Amino acid sequence: MRKLLEGSHAVAEAVRLCRPQVVAAYPITPQTHIIERLAQQVADGELAAEFISAESEFGAASLVLGAVAAGAQAFTATASQGLLLMTEVLYNIAGMRLPVVMVCANRALGAPINIFCDHQDSMALRDAGWIQIYVESNQEAVDSLIQAYRLAETCELPVMICMDGFLLTHTFEPVTLPTQSAVDEYLPAFRFSRTLDPARPMTLGGGSEADNYQEYRVAQQEAMENAETVIEAFDAEFSEQFGRSYGGLLQGYRLDGAQTVLLGLGSLMGTVRDVVDTLRDEGEAVGALRLRCFRPFPAQSLVQSLSTAQRIIVLEKAFSVGAGGMVAAEVRAALQQAGIMTPVESVIGGLGGRDLTADVIQAIFQGTTTEPFRVGRFAPDPVEEGGVGHG
Amino acid sequence: MRNEREAVRPCFHEIRFHGRGGQGVVSAAALLALAAFEDGYESQAFPKFGSERRGAPVEAYVRISRKAIRSHNQIYTPDAVVIQDAGLLRSEPLLRGLKSGGLVILNSERRADGGNDEDRNLRWLYIPASRIGERCLGQPLPNTALLGALVAASGWVKLATLEQVVASHLAGKGEEVVKANINAVREGHRFALQEEEVDS
Repeated sequence: MRKLLEGSHAVAEAVRLCRPQVVAAYPITPQTHIIERLAQQVADGELAAEFISAESEFGAASLVLGAVAAGAQAFTATASQGLLLMTEVLYNIAGMRLPVVMVCANRALGAPINIFCDHQDSMALRDAGWIQIYVESNQEAVDSLIQAYRLAETCELPVMICMDGFLLTHTFEPVTLPTQSAVDEYLPAFRFSRTLDPARPMTLGGGSEADNYQEYRVAQQEAMENAETVIEAFDAEFSEQFGRSYGGLLQGYRLDGAQTVLLGLGSLMGTVRDVVDTLRDEGEAVGALRLRCFRPFPAQSLVQSLSTAQRIIVLEKAFSVGAGGMVAAEVRAALQQAGIMTPVESVIGGLGGRDLTADVIQAIFQGTTTEPFRVGRFAPDPVEEGGVGHG
Repeated sequence: MRNEREAVRPCFHEIRFHGRGGQGVVSAAALLALAAFEDGYESQAFPKFGSERRGAPVEAYVRISRKAIRSHNQIYTPDAVVIQDAGLLRSEPLLRGLKSGGLVILNSERRADGGNDEDRNLRWLYIPASRIGERCLGQPLPNTALLGALVAASGWVKLATLEQVVASHLAGKGEEVVKANINAVREGHRFALQEEEVDS
């Protein structure tokens, strides 16, 4: 049934439909509404899960690590410094190849303290060994969450669903929630092959030395590479059962004959698609490419989608201080590896919740943005009639 | 660019709510979007300041459209502005970007509280929403009365749908709260119709 739901509540409903047995979390804006609603569902008897209010994000991540290792399906959610506080545990979850699913409600990092959306938090965890899916809408958040549990179990890799804080989490928009029976049909009962069991004693994440440590990392890389095919197959299968597809790894928009392609992640791509329509109406050959899956990085598919573009712009809401846009760097590397020398323009914007309006995106397309810095440039500020822009 | 898009997207309304944390600004926006959705529109509602603090200025936005809404941007050129605390007019540019001929619904007893913006030919409506709230709810909460007024002045959603949405949204708070808020919606609605008559 299609309903108008707040993004956080839509996600909580999706989590409930996936029947996790353990939910452990620590509240942090803008993730709080997700776990508040889950706590309510557990209290009301709508979700048969153990809800654990952890003493910190480190604790929450450790709890889901232990729960999944013991064979329970689990969920957690966090944002910003909460995610950073989980860092050590998140690497361990990935290293143990535990099928944990979490939501990151993307938010800026301190200092200075800022509660609004950008992608610095999850981008900082890009090397942790988690699959990272960046969603554009709340419908996609719901659908990706449901797919994430199957994906995590199939690949034995943890999955982080990255949804823009406030822009998605606090936005009421129409969402179709699948029925419980449809989700039950789609998601088989949770199964983890290396469940800890006193009857079959075994260690997870035990000591490893120089003779085999590297092999564990290589195995993670192989699992990530295999995950690309799985993500695409699951998207196609989901589309068949539920009628909605997000392109799997990448989602192109009006790429046919597009000479200029803007690549980006997350909810800003809705505005980008509006701008592409406007510019196409004016006869400009522009298109958009949404990087839905950042880990694994879909280099081959990306090269295919960008091979005929003459101008490529990467717009991202995070950058590595001292180096520049991480997504742009990876796009450049992928293209160069394939022998494509199309220059990639790097634009950084939307940090700390600064709005990337249609006018700003149009200026980026038209190359009239300002402020070059070493390896890219910053998006211009939104112009607001009769008053201040961002506060 | 915006004007061209308007031509392609008939029946596209953007509303900005201003108020203070605790006045139900975010709820008002959600209720309007819910009513529009129930009326068969695509709609969207979201707050600007998510870390609501009691008393601090809060904004919330609503989009109502016949077509799917893809943008998650703030609203810069609204068709209507609903102001839950007239005092904010002194400190914030609340009318910024409001379209020519746009609607301003102000929680106020006195016309003197309004601003002069004749060049844009704005439609001002003065609704004593805190008083209505005091009478109906026992506390000066203006949001549901102002929603009733907005529905009367704009016709963007049906009054019956708004009432139905208020009832289901507040069902958890008990029958009395629902009844009181529906009364506030109706009073705000009635007051707006009277005001418009006086003006015409």
